[in-house]
Amino acid sequence: MAKYILKRILMMVLTVFIVTALTFVMMQWMPGSPFNNPKLSASQIAQLSKQYGLSKPIWQQFLNYLVNAAHFNFGTSYINTGQSVSLMISQRLPVSMELGIQALILGVPLGMYIGTYQAMRKNTARDYSLSIITLFFTALPDFLLGMLLMLFFAIDMPIFPITGWNSWMSSVLPTLALGMGVIAFVARFTRSQTLETLDSDQIQLAYAKGLDEGQVIMKHAVRNSLIPVLTLLGPLTAGLLTGSALIETIFSIPGIGNQFVSSISSKDYPVIMGTTIVYTILLQVMILLGDIATAIADPRIRLGGKD
Amino acid sequence: MAEKTFQVVGIESSSDNEKIQKPSLTFWQDAWRRLKLNKVAVVSMWFLIAISVFTIVMVPFLSQQQANKFNPNEIATYKDLPPKSGLPIPGWEGKHDGDDLYSDQNVPAGKNFILGTDDTGRSVAKRVIVGIRISLTIAIVASLGDLIIGVSFGVFSAWKGGWIDLILQRFIEILSSVPFIVIVTLFTLLLGAGIWSVIISLILTGWINMARQIRAQTLSVKEQDYVLAATVLGERPLKIAMKHIIPNISSTIIVQLMMTIPQAITSEAILSALGLGVQPPTSSLGSMINDARDEIQYYPYLVLIPGTFLVLISLAFYLFGDGLRDAFDPKSGDSGD
Amino acid sequence: MTEKPVLQVKNLSVEFHTYAGTIKAIRNVSFELNKGETLAIVGESGSGKSVTTHTLMGLNASNATISAGHIFYKGKDLLKFSEEEFEELRGGEVAMIFQDPMTSLDPTMKIGKQIMEVILLHDEDIEKEQAAAKALELMKQVGIPNAEEHFQDYPHQWSGGMRQRAVIAVALAGNPDILIADEPTTALDVTIQAQILHLMKEIQSEIDSSIIFITHDLGVVAGMADKVAVMYAGQIVEYGTTEEIFYNPQHPYTWGLLNSMPTTDIDTDELSSIPGTPPDLLNLPKGDPFAPRNRYALDIDYEEEPPFFQLSDTHYAATWLLDKRAPKITPPKEILKRWDKWKKFGSKSALPKISKFGVAEKKKTAKETAVPKSGAEVTGKDNI
Repeated sequence: MAKYILKRILMMVLTVFIVTALTFVMMQWMPGSPFNNPKLSASQIAQLSKQYGLSKPIWQQFLNYLVNAAHFNFGTSYINTGQSVSLMISQRLPVSMELGIQALILGVPLGMYIGTYQAMRKNTARDYSLSIITLFFTALPDFLLGMLLMLFFAIDMPIFPITGWNSWMSSVLPTLALGMGVIAFVARFTRSQTLETLDSDQIQLAYAKGLDEGQVIMKHAVRNSLIPVLTLLGPLTAGLLTGSALIETIFSIPGIGNQFVSSISSKDYPVIMGTTIVYTILLQVMILLGDIATAIADPRIRLGGKD
Repeated sequence: MAEKTFQVVGIESSSDNEKIQKPSLTFWQDAWRRLKLNKVAVVSMWFLIAISVFTIVMVPFLSQQQANKFNPNEIATYKDLPPKSGLPIPGWEGKHDGDDLYSDQNVPAGKNFILGTDDTGRSVAKRVIVGIRISLTIAIVASLGDLIIGVSFGVFSAWKGGWIDLILQRFIEILSSVPFIVIVTLFTLLLGAGIWSVIISLILTGWINMARQIRAQTLSVKEQDYVLAATVLGERPLKIAMKHIIPNISSTIIVQLMMTIPQAITSEAILSALGLGVQPPTSSLGSMINDARDEIQYYPYLVLIPGTFLVLISLAFYLFGDGLRDAFDPKSGDSGD
Repeated sequence: MTEKPVLQVKNLSVEFHTYAGTIKAIRNVSFELNKGETLAIVGESGSGKSVTTHTLMGLNASNATISAGHIFYKGKDLLKFSEEEFEELRGGEVAMIFQDPMTSLDPTMKIGKQIMEVILLHDEDIEKEQAAAKALELMKQVGIPNAEEHFQDYPHQWSGGMRQRAVIAVALAGNPDILIADEPTTALDVTIQAQILHLMKEIQSEIDSSIIFITHDLGVVAGMADKVAVMYAGQIVEYGTTEEIFYNPQHPYTWGLLNSMPTTDIDTDELSSIPGTPPDLLNLPKGDPFAPRNRYALDIDYEEEPPFFQLSDTHYAATWLLDKRAPKITPPKEILKRWDKWKKFGSKSALPKISKFGVAEKKKTAKETAVPKSGAEVTGKDNI
């Protein structure tokens, strides 16, 4: 298992390196980026040139950039002049993580429950209706759901606050907006995985042992379909990163995503670059966690013999 | 009678005995027969056909410019009018809180905006039609791009195998672990926002899934005897790919395409909402929703109308795709991605 | 045998309801199984072998209905059993060995635990430690070497043959009266097949249980079974002791099966196959469903299904050829050779040993393949 995880960590470092290199390239050539923005003041240019060593050869600049990025030093924001980007991110990151984790806690268990239930009641009216409901929430983008929830439950029926992030109540609608997609995604995946498991010989054997349906599901089916679900942690996080950026904007939540969206429209490059790298690292860490969890749950990976 | 019935007749007619009892159906006929049994999928299919035909038929009658045009100086711009059907249907009479906004703005009698107007007085109906056209075009072009890249990449990777496959798989792994939002942001900033950069961004992120599916399918088809036979007979790899592999994975390709289109529709909407999508005054379903975001309190129909079309079209694609998959592979019955 | 049979199946018919119509999976199937006896059910795929045994265990799909018949297990009618009673029965009194050992064990559960699961389920008084000890005992009984060391292994660490031994241990864990083996050797290498068959024979003599052995291969039947039921298109077409089936076969389908089997017990010049394909169970042809593939089919076969003709206390065959009115026909010459043997030696005809493979090498190979797959896993373990 150690070898397996080491391999994953190496991949992760490589990916972050590639994304960092990509942002460096963008900084070099993009009009309006820190390296060639005509609007920068002389003092700003002097500061940048000191920080990135603009007079040095390009490979040294790249090394410099890497070293800076490795220290989470992404320079200062154009818009909030003088504000360190890493400080801006570190202040807002906890809020976004809270929102994301809440959505995962709501979505993953519920999605697994629904998916397993559907698989057990395959091709019944309930299975069909749940399939259409989960498909509906797959087709409905998070941000549109957020706007609808806001319209119905904050404006038409003022149960929850319209915007903000200061109480438990204010987190309900954004969490729902993000979480419904997670439920739908996990449920659809769990259903197909569980159907595959239930169709297998090992489940036949479990029934032949004399276990009842509940025992077969709990002792044999769930564990076997849980393993592939664990690998969803990566793709789910990727979706949450995008979803939360828009949800935070709609509900005016002071998270990293909200800041990212406004930095795009204001072309605040240092913030864009910094957030980009932080997003990449976040996703890498979640993929790694998913891989470790899979390895723990699956003896074939834990003890070798698969892959 | 009894005497006669105990004659040895053997196998009645030799031509009959290797005959398969059921009437023979080709793979596609069989899939079509199963698809027809799935009511939801059939309804979705007709809905998609109707929407596409309508959108195409409307091209000569309604240009993008017409839907975009507004005159800020003109007096007779009818702003923020709610939908009015011209029929006594409650909630569709052009009234807002009992106020007849049409008469407030002196709209001539008989001139109804069936889906209302936006804050610059443009007809929402026209903008939705153009929006559907643009959203669908983006989604279909992007998905076809995914298809071409994904299929060639997947088939190539699986066919070559060995270290080439290994390197290509690592490449895919790395690319797929970069967040969607990061890729699209960087590339749209580089290319500048617009329809083409949306399409390229969608292809950049979308082809990976297709390539993975196709690679897995190709790997299993590759092991089949008929492919082996073709290889032994010395057919060229490209010919084998075109003649033997791609036809045998075509059902996977079609299902995957049907699943990619709605994802592209959603992604386009997300890009527009991020400010990286279709730029004003051009409308797409996503950009219409995004433009109306701040006014949702006052003019919810500006969000609800394009939103409904967006969800219905995506849903129809998903349902149709699900139905197709079950029809192609009756054993599966699942809905995994 | 004067003893009451353990299992009696009487006129059992099972149907499956699908969108395309009703599939008559088995029709009018009857057989008996005595204590300690082995019954082989032989037939092509789709002949209803598996449906028969799944019905015995109450494991049929939800769209299956039992349209007629009775199954008596020790005098109790199984078809009146509730789901709970079936759960009690399954794994306890009736156990099943599946075809493919590579897929029939749970990959996420330790093998020892998978065996213990059955023991704990069917013996409420037993302690965990005792169950573990019994599971270990079973692992030794089925010939898993160093069972203590491998008790905590996961299935993927074992070879196919070893896994099938584990599956057998699972089946034995509930002290079953009846062991249903559904093609237990089909998925295994030829050399391993013989080992597993011998193991099953050995175990049967130790615990005195009855076995229903399902196979499409008459070859493996010879050394295993006491009685044979040949099934075609959901019906039993010939039923008798193994000697009767091998040396006095009467149904043309049995002839076909015997002639397509490589054998050493009679001289054969060539193997032949049965022409055509099994019928569509959705639209059974009129008359005998085998007629369209039968070189000896009579006119009446296309009109009316043949009844069972009794040849001895134990031997029945459903073919019009046995009717008084039927003309005398000459069966293929290989069958004539078999009949000759029957006339000379009767039931004392020497049956072929467990076909194809020799018996002598069994002990040696059992040892060799006993160790889990390879050294790779062992070193893999050390790394963790």
